[in-house]
Amino acid sequence: MLEANGLDGRSLIRRRAGLRLWLSAGWLGLLAIAALLAPWIAPHDPLAQDLFLGRLPPFWMAGSEPGYWLGTDSLGRDVLSRILHGARIALIVALVAGSITCVVGATLGLLAGFLRGWVDVVISRLIDIWMAFPPILFSILLIAVLGPGLTSIIIAIVVIDWTRFARVVRAEAMAQGAMDYVASARVAGRGRLGTMMREILPNVLPTIVVLLTLEMGIAVIVEAILSFVNLSISTDDPTWGGMISEGRTSIHQAWWVLVFPLVTLFLTVLAFSQLGEGLKDRFDPVLR
Amino acid sequence: MGQCRHGVGMAFLRLLAIRLLTTAITLAGVAVIVFVVIRVVPGNPIAMMLPPGATEADIARLSALYGLDQPLVTQFGIWLGGVMQGDFGTSITSRQPVLDLVLGRLPATLELSIMALVMAVILGGAAALTGTRFRGGRREGAIDVANGMALSVPDFLWGLVLILLFGVLWPVFHISGRVSPALDLPFTTNFYLFESLIRLRFDLWADLVAHMFMPALALAIPLAAIIGQLLKQSLKETMNLDYVTLARTKGYGETRVILREALRNAILPTLTLVGVQFTFLIGGTVIIERLFSYEGLGNMAIDAVINRDLPLIQGIVILFAVIFTAVNLIVDLLYAVLNPRLRHA
Amino acid sequence: MSFLSIRNLSVRLKGGPPLLRRVSLDVAVGQVRGLVGESGAGKSMIGKAVLGILPPSVEITGGQIVLDGTDLLTLPPKERRRRIGATCALIPQDPLTALNPSHRIGPQITDRLVDILGWTRADANTRARALLEEVQIPNPDRVLRSYPHELSGGMRQRILIASAFAAEPKLIVADEPTTALDVTVQKQILRLIAGMQARHGTALLFVTHDLGVVSKVCQHLSVLYAGMVVEDSAVTDFFAAPRHPYSAALLAATPKYTDPAAGLHPVPDAVIDAVRAEVAAFDAGGR
Ligand SMILES: Nc1ncnc2c1ncn2[C@@H]1O[C@H](COP(=O)(O)OP(=O)(O)O)[C@@H](O)[C@H]1O
Ligand SMILES: [Mg+2]
Repeated sequence: MLEANGLDGRSLIRRRAGLRLWLSAGWLGLLAIAALLAPWIAPHDPLAQDLFLGRLPPFWMAGSEPGYWLGTDSLGRDVLSRILHGARIALIVALVAGSITCVVGATLGLLAGFLRGWVDVVISRLIDIWMAFPPILFSILLIAVLGPGLTSIIIAIVVIDWTRFARVVRAEAMAQGAMDYVASARVAGRGRLGTMMREILPNVLPTIVVLLTLEMGIAVIVEAILSFVNLSISTDDPTWGGMISEGRTSIHQAWWVLVFPLVTLFLTVLAFSQLGEGLKDRFDPVLR
Repeated sequence: MGQCRHGVGMAFLRLLAIRLLTTAITLAGVAVIVFVVIRVVPGNPIAMMLPPGATEADIARLSALYGLDQPLVTQFGIWLGGVMQGDFGTSITSRQPVLDLVLGRLPATLELSIMALVMAVILGGAAALTGTRFRGGRREGAIDVANGMALSVPDFLWGLVLILLFGVLWPVFHISGRVSPALDLPFTTNFYLFESLIRLRFDLWADLVAHMFMPALALAIPLAAIIGQLLKQSLKETMNLDYVTLARTKGYGETRVILREALRNAILPTLTLVGVQFTFLIGGTVIIERLFSYEGLGNMAIDAVINRDLPLIQGIVILFAVIFTAVNLIVDLLYAVLNPRLRHA
Repeated sequence: MSFLSIRNLSVRLKGGPPLLRRVSLDVAVGQVRGLVGESGAGKSMIGKAVLGILPPSVEITGGQIVLDGTDLLTLPPKERRRRIGATCALIPQDPLTALNPSHRIGPQITDRLVDILGWTRADANTRARALLEEVQIPNPDRVLRSYPHELSGGMRQRILIASAFAAEPKLIVADEPTTALDVTVQKQILRLIAGMQARHGTALLFVTHDLGVVSKVCQHLSVLYAGMVVEDSAVTDFFAAPRHPYSAALLAATPKYTDPAAGLHPVPDAVIDAVRAEVAAFDAGGR
């Protein structure tokens, strides 16, 4: 049914989707540049402590010191510099953990959804078991077992979040596999693996890209949560979660130690998510 | 009719049996994985438990005590045998039975989760109903934007935002703990919120709510957004159906039509998804309890991990898995009960 | 005296083409007007406009819908809805989708009596039971306690008819009430509606595309093409001598029960072209 206001609504959605795509991509681009250039643009050494400069307020408040734009934490470390350096860790985790999770989860999902049979039974059962774990607790447990460090975080994220991809991709691959074009490819003599890679994968790819974007935001949050419970990298390294954890304890004395990394983290997670949602609308054939 | 009812019973029992079986498989899988993850990793868990400088003899003694010198399969067998008899082992740090510790904390987490669920249903339901009532208008647009925001950001960040808003900027709620330490507690169970109501101790109840409000709201916000979106979508679809149109010709106002005719049918598709999402919410209590220093199961779990208290970790993870699968089971059965077609078919 | 009087009603797709073109028709108290035309002609649209249930994607651009002396379109929405609810009812096209699957049959008939007309629950229940008997439903007490999916299409349509007559409306709009049913039950339902209409003295706007039905049930008819009324006649006059070439062709295209072997005569292209030209001329003049 062709409804006039339906059409209007659609173009409106598309315009709004376009705007949020650009805004979130812009923020993430800015962050990426900041992370790359952190050693050169950060005004201070993120680890340098100076107890005489502890809990300096941000620049517009009375008692601030020039050069410490966003103030300092209780050990006198520069908040802005730590946020910039923290962006490096956050983005590395987002990109590396996100991509590996994506490859692992999507592969398993494709295999389960396309091959069906016992492969599907095994993978589906695994997904069920995984869904019965509280993910945060699972990741904390893994880090405790693997020991702190960037690699451990990445491994933990992959081990826990592959089901996000596997569940969705499996369902999509099943739906695609039931379609005529797959049958005709098989009739034309293409092998199972070839059909999966050439016929199914391209049709599932948009979904995978959207999930990957969302997963990057989740990875950033997981890293922050692990740093928050002091299990992430070594405690000295500047991470957003670690800063938030510190800021949480001194919230009444120095709110800026919590607020600035929190705002950065909030915007980053929001940007990844909005980017994903925006892409979803873009890819959605109904809205195109 | 009698024959029909018999059929219902059979179908229901079959569904129940299948679901119980898959649940058992899932739980067994969880048990195996926790067991293996904790033990197969490089490094001797007993060595990790002991303070640095412990001797080989100390390690051997402790290993024997916890049965860790046995082969893995035997260990698992012993542990599973104990679990079957309700024995989850003894906590290494507190030397108390794991089951007692875990069940002592469970009520706090349950109360928090259920409070959050209630908040999510109220907020999300209100958003969906308002959005449907004023569909196509500016109010619906505003609700969509708010929903999108709420959905994009996880509970952990909402918790921090709430701490800033209602703990610092406008300090009306407590930002840590479950109850003010100054209050004396006449409780016999650990369901404080529930028991304070029964004992008509409204002062205590108010204090508990003031502690619980922010962590519960933080957990509720993403779920509320999901409920809001899904329910609004299915409400709007339902609003175009013939029986709704027919109700309009009977002289009912738009709000009445939404509540009476559309709501009940729109709830069903939302329900299953909310079930899964509620397990995510419960999983979120782990970090939220930590953030608000709320003395629940999740907070205890993180302490257990930090202290390498293996038996306690195992117990807590299994308990979470039991809760998750139970929620999913309940939702499935509820769906069958609420759907008149399944009920009578 | 007419109970419903539609005057120059124009409806269009918002920002789009017209769907109804200055439609005028009357339904006299206690009388039946047939509304015929091919699918998509706008028959349902007229019924929806009268009952105030037009889809949000269309808008009324002019005209009046006078119900019992009052132009509905000048009333505030709430009052309009109340008035329609008190005096009109709809017998919908598809009985399978027109009953709420989550409510039992009983309340779906009685609730409006209680909620809106202020009856007592007991009175409403008695009334529902009597109505189900009137529409020849066996075992009415059990049916009142059933859910819609437990009943057949024919049963559900009987229930919807009973429900439509429940509050003794002055006007009923029946929108192709038999098209969705088995051919075997169509005749029974038709007879039922005609009988109920006669007994209750309700005015009826009967939407159909079956001229055979019109000849049996209606006193007047309007023929619609592309949202334009091309003929408005008494049924006896129409079957004797249709005034418009399009309605004449429509009549010729109807299979004769008396002579099925005569076959169908589709509406000739020349007639279609002529009536299309008429619509185009109307649109050109209207602007
Ligand atoms: N919800 C709607 N939105 C937009 N156009 C509609 C809608 N419903 C019907 N129409 C259009 O209005 C015209 C008349 O439809 P309708 O009154 O249902 O025809 P019929 O005579 O078959 O009952 C058709 O051209 C149809 O495409
Ligand atoms: Mg129609």
